Amino acid sequence: MACRGITKRFPGVLANDRVDFDAIEGEVHALLGENGAGKSTLSNILTGLYRADEGELEIHGQPVAFHSPRDALDAGICMVHQHFRLVEPFTVAENVILGDHRDVGRSFRIDPRAIERRVAELGQRYGLAIDPRARIWQLSVGEQQRVEILKALYREARVLILDEPTAVLTPQEASELFVTLRAMAAEGRTVIFISHKLHEVMAVADRVTVLRRGCSIATVPVGETSSRALAALMVGRELEGSKPHQRQTVGDVVLSVEGLWADGDRGVAAVKDVSLEVRGGEIVGIAGVAGNGQRELAETITGLRSASDGVVRVDGVALRNGDPRAAIHARVAHIPEDRLHTGVAPSLSIASNVVLKSYREDAHSRGPMLRLRAIGDRATRLIKQFDVHTSGPHVPARQLSGGNLQKVVIGREFMGTPRVVIAAAPTRGLDVGAIESVHAYLRDASELNVAVLLISEDLDEILALADRIVVLYEGHIAGEVDADVATVEEIGLLMAGGHAG
Amino acid sequence: MSVRIERRLRQPRWLSVVVPLGSVAFAFVTIAIVLAATGHNPAHTFAKLFQSAFTDSGALSATLVSATPLAFTGLAAAAAFRMNLFNIGAEGQLYFGVIGAIAIAVVLGDGVAKPVTIAAMCVAGAAAGAAWAAIPGVLRAFARTNEIITSLMLNYVAALVLNYLIFDSHSYWRDTTSPSAAVFPQGKAIPDAATWPFATIGGIAGGIAVPLGLGIAAVVGTALWVLYKHTRFGFELQVIADSPRAARYAGMRTRRKILAVMCISGAIAGLGGAAQVGNFDHLLDPRSLQQQLFGYSGIVVAALARYNPFAVVVIAVLLGGLKNAGFALQGVDFPSGLVGVMQGIFLFSVLGGEILVRYRVRLFRPGRVSRTEPAA
Repeated sequence: MACRGITKRFPGVLANDRVDFDAIEGEVHALLGENGAGKSTLSNILTGLYRADEGELEIHGQPVAFHSPRDALDAGICMVHQHFRLVEPFTVAENVILGDHRDVGRSFRIDPRAIERRVAELGQRYGLAIDPRARIWQLSVGEQQRVEILKALYREARVLILDEPTAVLTPQEASELFVTLRAMAAEGRTVIFISHKLHEVMAVADRVTVLRRGCSIATVPVGETSSRALAALMVGRELEGSKPHQRQTVGDVVLSVEGLWADGDRGVAAVKDVSLEVRGGEIVGIAGVAGNGQRELAETITGLRSASDGVVRVDGVALRNGDPRAAIHARVAHIPEDRLHTGVAPSLSIASNVVLKSYREDAHSRGPMLRLRAIGDRATRLIKQFDVHTSGPHVPARQLSGGNLQKVVIGREFMGTPRVVIAAAPTRGLDVGAIESVHAYLRDASELNVAVLLISEDLDEILALADRIVVLYEGHIAGEVDADVATVEEIGLLMAGGHAG
Repeated sequence: MSVRIERRLRQPRWLSVVVPLGSVAFAFVTIAIVLAATGHNPAHTFAKLFQSAFTDSGALSATLVSATPLAFTGLAAAAAFRMNLFNIGAEGQLYFGVIGAIAIAVVLGDGVAKPVTIAAMCVAGAAAGAAWAAIPGVLRAFARTNEIITSLMLNYVAALVLNYLIFDSHSYWRDTTSPSAAVFPQGKAIPDAATWPFATIGGIAGGIAVPLGLGIAAVVGTALWVLYKHTRFGFELQVIADSPRAARYAGMRTRRKILAVMCISGAIAGLGGAAQVGNFDHLLDPRSLQQQLFGYSGIVVAALARYNPFAVVVIAVLLGGLKNAGFALQGVDFPSGLVGVMQGIFLFSVLGGEILVRYRVRLFRPGRVSRTEPAA
């Protein structure tokens, strides 16, 4: 598979600028790049979701033009998206044949037994053990990812594209995935692995193509490079080595959570008897595999979700249960996991989103009327101060790239001089440069005696920033470790429900 | 050739001008073909249509009469639809506005100054409409009931209430004294002090009579625009409409706002009812109100105006003209069904054309769709 001079323009942005890249049979090829570097755009072009404005795609030396994802599937290209495309009430086998329009999928009658047999057989061959009759909602996130890969194998994909596949896995699950990917490559398939995590790329890929600002910078064999060299290629400059975190002299307890229980979206308890304290100037990390109650915990502390029991206190004052405004008044800043629909109102302008929480204040409204000029000024200030790349405060938030959107959210939350910061997956999907600045903001906050609760699935991030690490498993605290002495293996074990040894 | 419809990534500004104009042109061409096929002269028909809607003596005044209730129900729909609240109940809310306005007008009688009576009618009409809209509003906000269904069903209930007040009871609204009422049940007429004035513009051929109601509609439209663009309340509504989760995250009281929007929408429709009584009907006439379908036509007006309050007033006048012209065209050699077909083609083209603003149509030869074979 090869790309020649792929160019894709979006309003005001050049997402892909003459990208050249080729992946050969039997290799794991990593696509590495900053957010907004054009990785997602490129993979969407490869899978037929977008059409390139210029340039050519070739498969086995033959030019192809995709007009829909179906054309790409016919050409043997499958993609495992970061957010799975599975039908929850269906079984594994049903999901596998879904959208497959070759013989079996096309016939009016389907033979579930035969499909289940085939799925089980494929699972065994590639070490993707899974019950073909299980329903998707019964499966863990890691298992759901296996279903996505099985889907590709069932369709006899020649090229498999994975977008940030390890974000939802424990370190142990990730290494199992790598074994599967290597096995697929060994059979002569092509695996394209999109990631921003350097050590994963080093561990699994044969060759790496680095994208920066929409251009392909270089393609190098992994054996001939180093993490450091790759990072420099990605960002376009040498990164400062991550400086060891200065332990703060911590202050009084600012945030305290006592015996908190809360129901998840399905009405089943998702947060179970969680108690923790965060002191001023301290960063407490919450680790865990995605879906173990982290999102619900953050939402309950910030009042978005009602607690069924327990209490949240800020500076000793209990917050009214289930009232986001109480948390805002107590100056609890919240960087939500779902940036695009919770963190901002996507169709509204950057300016509107900058004052999303502060529009009631005197600075932004007089009586019932908004002070639109003051709001615009504040947005302009935030854009400058937090280095948001955009043409102005009137651009709708949804047109921003992930990194710039996160800067708007963080800027808004930090301009409100918070007492507590609840940061949920604050760097997910961001590039190395943006991750650095998000980390710097969190460190700065802790230096200003703010209590920071960092919820992340990225262990490296938690290890780099947190003073203490609390591990959540199925909604309760599986254990707490000191960041100075903790090892990845120890935390990984807790994340999988084991006990600290 | 194969055809594919793709979503536009950006919507150029010129499109929102060119597409509606193109749609209107398309509609006229299609209508011309239909007219020619049925043995009518298209040019002659169009000329007559235009004259009887706008240029004949008194035509424009009649058009404004038809436009007034449409402007109110159009604004009512636009106010709610902008917030993704689909209040289909402007019809019933307008009926209640009529009931409320007549009640207060009859109570006050002739002894009160006209401006006071008119203001009281406006308040009573708006309050009654808002109260009727509050039912689906409360159900939607606090019980998550689908407001489309509840507001639609309440239209039928409101129609039955009208019938009950005049035909099936000796209610306060029914005229039981005059001789004609003894023959056929009819509503009490409002006193002279409660009839709304017309402003006359220009002196040629009697001038154009602008009903007070239309003026009030224009004021309401402006107020709505200010409310949505310049107030905290409007800001909250924008956020709620765009992303309810973001609104909750920002600490907004979502449910109260939903109820408030439904009540504002109902109040505007109710005000339309008051204007209809004050300016034109002067009594409660269930049959005539139910035939006009002001509430449902308002949805079309709002859609054509893309929920822009200023455009609503303009579109209401155009559609009011189309409606009147339709009546004028009907005759021995011009069946009313053909008028309906013309109006249908017109609305279908203009609403259908909207898709071209958001999507583009691409044509390409099928040979290039799939893999191209290497040159032999």
